[in-house]
Amino acid sequence: MIDIPTLADQIAQAAADKTPLQLQGGGSKAFYGEAVEGTLLPLGEHRGIINYEPSELVITARAGTPLKEIEQLLEREGQMLGFEPPRFSDNATLGGTIACGLSGPRRPYAGAARDFVLGVTLMNGKGQLLKFGGQVMKNVAGYDLSRLMCGALGTLGVLLEISLKVIPKPQYEETRVIAADFTQMQHLLAEIGRKPFPVSATLLESNRLFIRLSGAQGGVAEASQHIGGDKLSDNDAPWLGVKEQQHDFFNQPKPLWRLSLPPMAPAVPASLFDGPTLIEWGGALRWLYSQQSDSLQQWAKANGGHAICFKNPLPGSPIFTPLPPALLALHQRLKARFDPAGILNPGRLYPDL
Amino acid sequence: MCDAQPIREQQLQRILTPLQRFMKAENIVTSVEALRAYECDAFTTMRQLPLLTLLPENIEQVQQIMRLCYQLDIPVVARGAGTGLTAGSMPVENGVLLSMTKFDQILEIDIANRTALIEPGVRNLAVTEAVAPYDLYFAPDPSSQLACSVGGNVAENAGGIHCLKYGLTVHNILALDVITIEGERLTLGGASLDAPGYDLTALLTGSEGLLGVIVGIRVKLLAKPASARVLLCGFASIENASHAIAQIISAGIIPAGLEMIDHTGINAIEELMHAGYPTDAAAVLICELDGSVDEVEDELARVILLLEALDATNIEISNSEAEKARIWAARKAAFPAMARLAPDNYIMDGTIPRRALAAVWQRINQLADEYQLLVVNVFHAGDGNMHPSILFDAMDADQRHRAEELGTRILELCIEVGGTISGEHGVGLEKINQMCLQFNHDELQQFHGVKAAFDAKNLLNPGKQIPTLARCAEFNGMHVHKGEIAFPDLERF
Repeated sequence: MIDIPTLADQIAQAAADKTPLQLQGGGSKAFYGEAVEGTLLPLGEHRGIINYEPSELVITARAGTPLKEIEQLLEREGQMLGFEPPRFSDNATLGGTIACGLSGPRRPYAGAARDFVLGVTLMNGKGQLLKFGGQVMKNVAGYDLSRLMCGALGTLGVLLEISLKVIPKPQYEETRVIAADFTQMQHLLAEIGRKPFPVSATLLESNRLFIRLSGAQGGVAEASQHIGGDKLSDNDAPWLGVKEQQHDFFNQPKPLWRLSLPPMAPAVPASLFDGPTLIEWGGALRWLYSQQSDSLQQWAKANGGHAICFKNPLPGSPIFTPLPPALLALHQRLKARFDPAGILNPGRLYPDL
Repeated sequence: MCDAQPIREQQLQRILTPLQRFMKAENIVTSVEALRAYECDAFTTMRQLPLLTLLPENIEQVQQIMRLCYQLDIPVVARGAGTGLTAGSMPVENGVLLSMTKFDQILEIDIANRTALIEPGVRNLAVTEAVAPYDLYFAPDPSSQLACSVGGNVAENAGGIHCLKYGLTVHNILALDVITIEGERLTLGGASLDAPGYDLTALLTGSEGLLGVIVGIRVKLLAKPASARVLLCGFASIENASHAIAQIISAGIIPAGLEMIDHTGINAIEELMHAGYPTDAAAVLICELDGSVDEVEDELARVILLLEALDATNIEISNSEAEKARIWAARKAAFPAMARLAPDNYIMDGTIPRRALAAVWQRINQLADEYQLLVVNVFHAGDGNMHPSILFDAMDADQRHRAEELGTRILELCIEVGGTISGEHGVGLEKINQMCLQFNHDELQQFHGVKAAFDAKNLLNPGKQIPTLARCAEFNGMHVHKGEIAFPDLERF
C-alpha cells in the first residue's frame, strides 16, 4: 500500500517544482497513448481488495490491484466484469484498466468500462484526496467525476480506489460460426439486433463470422437455431484471441489502428489500409494496419466515428483523433482545474493536454 | 422586494431590444401572469419568478440567447417539462428561463444502428412509442415518463423501474449536442460507442443544466424482450422482504425491476387503485423478469422457491400484458396515492447498499416516530434507491420544520451506511444543504472547478446542485449531527 500523506507530499512537491510525473500501474499498457516524459510514479504497490459482497454486485479495490486477482475472485462467486477488459499481461492493474478505459468483446451488449464505474478515490494534481461517486448503482449527487476518469489516461488525477459494478456470469455460453463477408455480416447483425437474442460478442475474421451467445440455455438455443451455422468446439478461443490480442493478426510490427464507428458504417476503403482486418462489436470496432494516419482519421470522423493508433505509431502522427479547437480548449480548462501545474501524465492523451 | 422591481425593469430593458431582433414576440414571455407557469418545477414548495421566459425554436436562437446573456451577465436556467422533484429548473431571480418545449422533434430513427437522434423536449415515452413498430424501445423509464422530457432525463441522469438491468440515462445515450454559455456548439460523444478525449457525455449527464444547454441527444434503442412477467408477493416482516432482495441477486438473477412498498404505502395504493395488493402485509415485493420465454420461466421458478422459503404470502404472477400493467400501474400511482394521506409529501431519494436495507428501513421508522411524522417507504429495492416520503402539512410551520429535519436525518443515515443523498432525482436546490454532508471542502472546490471550466461567469443555473463553500460552512455549523456517529448499531464500510 502507498502511504497517502507521502503521495500527497510527492505530488504537491512535483506541482511546486513543475516536474511532470509519469503514472504507472503494472506497465501492461505502456505502449498505449502518446509518449510521456517525466519522473516515474509507480502505483502498482497500492493494491488489495477493500470490499466485495457478491449480493451487492459491487467490488471496491485499490487501483494497483492486479486485474487478474479481481477476475479470479469474481469467478469464484460466479460473477464477472461486464466490460470484459483486456489484460495484455498479468501485471495489468485495475487503475490502469480504468485510466485507459478499454473494454473487451462484450462491450456493445453489456456496456463499457465507464458504464461499470460507480465511484473513485483519487488524488488531483494539487495533492488533494478526493472521493466521488460511491458503491451504489444510482448516484446523482454532484457531477459524475468518476466516469470522467475513465479513459482520461491519468491526466486528471491519480486513481487510488475504484468501485465497480459486477454482473453474474451467464449460465451458459456458446459460439456459432457462419460464413459471411462484410456486407452479409452487417445484414445479419442488423436483423438479429432487433430481436431479443442474448448476443454477447461478434467477430468477423476473413469471411467467417463468430457470434457468441450467453444466457439461459433455452434462450441461447432459440437464438442458435435462428442464426444457424456451426457450434464452435472451443467457445473461448476467438474471444481471448481478440481481447488479449493473441490472435496472429496482432503480431505485425506496423501501426495497428482501432476504428470505432457506427456498426453500419461502410467498409473502410481498401486504399486506406494494408492486409486483413478484424471486426468486432457488431461492426462498431475495426482493427487494421495502416501507414496513412491522417486520411484514416479523417475517414473515420467523416463516417461518424474516430480512429486510434493503438500500437506501433508512426513518429510524429497523432495517436488519437485531434479534437475540434473549442473542445480541445475545454479539455485544457478542465485539466487545469484538476492539475493546475500540468504534472499528471502531461501529453499522454493529447500533446497539448 | 422593494428594490426588486426596478432591477427587473432595468434588466428587461437591456435584454428585450436585442432579443426582439431574432425572436418572435410570441416566444418572449414577460407578463407576470404568464410567468407564473414557470416559477417552479414539480417541487412546488420553492418558487421564483424569472425575469422572462424564452421559447427558442432552433439551435441558432439558443446560441444567440446564450451569447446575449453572456454579454449582459444574465443567468440562464434551462427547463424541459418541469417534472423535476428538486427545484432544479426553478428560475433564478432576474434570470432568463429557457423553455425547451419547442424542441420536440424526433429527427432521425436509425433502425440498423439502433439509435435515434432527438431534440431535448421530446417526451420520454414518445421515443419508445415512435420505435415500437420496429420492436425497439428506449430503456430509461422514470415514473413521470408520460410527461418528462428526455433533455430533463439527461440533465438529471434519470433512472426508473427498469434501470437495475438496463441502466440509467447515462448508459442509454451516445451523444449530446450542447450549447455553452458563450454560445459555442459542441458535439460530445458520437454515433460510435466511444469518442476521442474525455468522456464529457458522461460528465454532462446529471449535471443539472450547470454546464451547458442540451439541444440534441442521440439515444440508444434496445430490442424488446420476448417475454416479461411480473411477480407480486407479500411479507409479514421487513427483514424477510429485505433478505428476498439480496437472495434474488445472489442467485445470479438480475430482475428487470425489483420494487418494494411498505404497509402504509400498500394501503394507500389499494385505496386508490384496487390492484389486489395484500393489505395486511408488512411489505410487498414486485419483481419483473424478462428475457427469452425459457429464461423467464426458469428464473421465475427459482425466485418462487426462494420467496416461499422466506414465508412470502399471496404470490401472484402476471399471465397477461393487462395483469402486468395493473401491477405496475398501481406501483407508479404510489405518489398520487400518498397525496391523499396528507397535504404535503416530502420525497427523499437516498440510495444505500442493499445489505443495509432492513436496518435503514427500521431506523427510518424509528426516526419517523421520534419526529411524530408519517413516513411511507416505496422504493427501487433492487438498486437500493429508497424513496421514503415524509407526509406533512406545509401550512403548519412546526410540521414543516420537523419534516425538513427528518429528511436531513434520513439522508445522513444513507451516507453513513455508504450510500448517497440522491439516486435519481438530483440535488437541485431542494437537497443542496445535504450536499455539504456528503462532500468535503476540497471535493466541493473540485466541483466548482469543473463548473468554472465550462461557465467561468457562473451564469448557467447558478446556485443549484453544488453548494458554495460558505453555504456549507454555515449549514455544517448549525447542523448538530455532523461529526457524530449517530447509529453505532449499523453496519458500515
